[in-house]
Amino acid sequence: MLTTYDKIWNNHLVYPSDNEGPSLIYIDRHFIHEVTSPQAFDGLRLNNRKVRKPNLTFATVDHNIPTTNRSLPLVDEVSSLQIKTLQKNCQGFGITLFDMSDQYQGIVHVIGPELGLTLPGSTIVCGDSHTSTHGAFGALAFGIGTSEVEHVLATQCLWMKKAKNFEIILNNSLKKDLVISAKDVILSIIKNIGTSGGSGSVIEYRGNYISSLSMEKRMTICNMSIEAGARAGLVSPDDVTFDYLRNKTFSPKNELFERLIDDWKYLKSDASAKYDKSFSLNVDDIVPQVTWGTNPSMTVDVTSTIPDPDEYAKGNEEEKKSAIRALAYMNLTPGVPITDISIDRVFIGSCTNARLEDLIEASIIVKGKKVSSNVQAMVVPGSQQVKLSAERMGLDKIFIDAGFEWRESGCSMCLGMNPDILLPGERCASTSNRNFEGRQGTGGRTHLVSPVMAAAAAVVGKFVDVREWI
Amino acid sequence: MEPFKFIKSKPVPLDIVNVDTDQIIPKQFLKLLGKTGYGRYLFYNWRYDEYGNNKSDFVLDLPKFNGRKILLTRENFGIGSSREHAVWAIKDFGFKVILGISFADIFYSNCFKNGILVIELDKDKIEKIFSEKIDEDIEIDLLGQTVKINTEIYSFDIDLTLKSSLLEGIDDISTTLKYENFIKEYEIKHDPLVFK
Repeated sequence: MLTTYDKIWNNHLVYPSDNEGPSLIYIDRHFIHEVTSPQAFDGLRLNNRKVRKPNLTFATVDHNIPTTNRSLPLVDEVSSLQIKTLQKNCQGFGITLFDMSDQYQGIVHVIGPELGLTLPGSTIVCGDSHTSTHGAFGALAFGIGTSEVEHVLATQCLWMKKAKNFEIILNNSLKKDLVISAKDVILSIIKNIGTSGGSGSVIEYRGNYISSLSMEKRMTICNMSIEAGARAGLVSPDDVTFDYLRNKTFSPKNELFERLIDDWKYLKSDASAKYDKSFSLNVDDIVPQVTWGTNPSMTVDVTSTIPDPDEYAKGNEEEKKSAIRALAYMNLTPGVPITDISIDRVFIGSCTNARLEDLIEASIIVKGKKVSSNVQAMVVPGSQQVKLSAERMGLDKIFIDAGFEWRESGCSMCLGMNPDILLPGERCASTSNRNFEGRQGTGGRTHLVSPVMAAAAAVVGKFVDVREWI
Repeated sequence: MEPFKFIKSKPVPLDIVNVDTDQIIPKQFLKLLGKTGYGRYLFYNWRYDEYGNNKSDFVLDLPKFNGRKILLTRENFGIGSSREHAVWAIKDFGFKVILGISFADIFYSNCFKNGILVIELDKDKIEKIFSEKIDEDIEIDLLGQTVKINTEIYSFDIDLTLKSSLLEGIDDISTTLKYENFIKEYEIKHDPLVFK
């Protein structure tokens, strides 16, 4: 009786481990980007090695590119060199690159799925920790370091030890209209199990709530598995998965696709599969979440107040010190209601929350309203395809009329490697995935929220319980 | 990769939990194209002020800790981004070993690829080193899997493959290429499906 993870693992064993050691695993898809790949290509050249499977390797530029007018030359010469290096490497080694001006350019974890490159049952790696996103399709997808990028380029394989199976069961009554975002659900999970709760595990999200979700929402949840310490998170593939993938640009087509569905159905975890760990959450109990600290487990309900370090740490002296440090960095005082916190910036974007559904939901909140005069707000679509679809629906106009900036696609202010950064002391409601110190700009203060919460905060200039608006 | 067998050094105590890789090496330093030269940017935002001046009060910059090769930390070190630049910075700064209670998965793996030994010890032992042994020499013997401080000896667990790759300084890729027949055989049987 096997889990989806067990089945994918077994299907990809090139050389099984002796006893407790690592096994050699085949990799079906390798996504690369400009920041974590140059040293890997250097390594290949130094040792006179080739890319084993250029046709299984796909590249894009997303991390450091500007989100403003792309027809202008790059101001940042260092970023420009990194981009040119990727172009040169892809050309030299025969790898498909979705370059800055390509219609398919976008955040690597947005374009893989939307192009149908991400398929159920496959193994997917990328030199980026949010590769866990692709697990939403019932794939085994995880982030790797640059040495492993080089290893996959050269061998199309990786040495891995099998991780534990960790089930997170998400049920809800399915009666009331869903006003809670997938983002609130994953933030609640991380709040409960902590940033190391998933260490050494592959998380499988299960339960009727997950089955009811669209692919885009499943991706939001799998995306932040890494914030719970799990290298990978996944959902067993089902009809929602297959319907999403049918007729995507790179998806298998016609009879072949329909035939593959029969194979993919087999990937579903067996009813009596055994899990090493289990955690359950009733989604009916979840309210909108806002992070208050400097790691994603430092999260509270929007209806709550900034916690006292003692109350947060529950007797753990180190966690208490960490909370005190976080409050000082965030310039927040225990007891202050979340809805009293004023913000300076709003960022709607990132591989967590910059897909079409995210933008549609945020646009419903801001339609006909204005961004608060104290707030600078921007929307950065996850890909050129997302941007185009949104523009066809007129969402760009809704955002621009409300006072948002409407940008080109990329990682942008999620990690601030391009010019989109917070200034020291600025406070931001962000739909991204990390609130670490300085993440969005040195001295910047990040509060992670869902797209609708970010949109409402942009209008009011403070956090609000968006349920009152829906 | 340089082989690792034994090291003797006093530790540098980094008494913080949940250290993320954004702190170890902030994003502005991820634009370099090589693997060296990152040491000066290690923990940049904690060591330098907004004008780029070293604040001189961070533990890494205190003269008494200068030249020490063991980084002592606590739970859940290296969380967040997969950036291997974090390990390159730690290595370039001069550390050979990181001693702590627990580490994030990707960071842990990245360390061994760069010849950095990561040792996990129980909380009470790490606590004891923090409170009593900061200025003691720590002898780390990878072959015997021991951490020795004066007369106290703690043994540690390590995956045997990681251990031998470190001991011999082997390049992973050359090992894997010896499995070429297995990879080829797998590729014949298995179609990874790419269509346009």
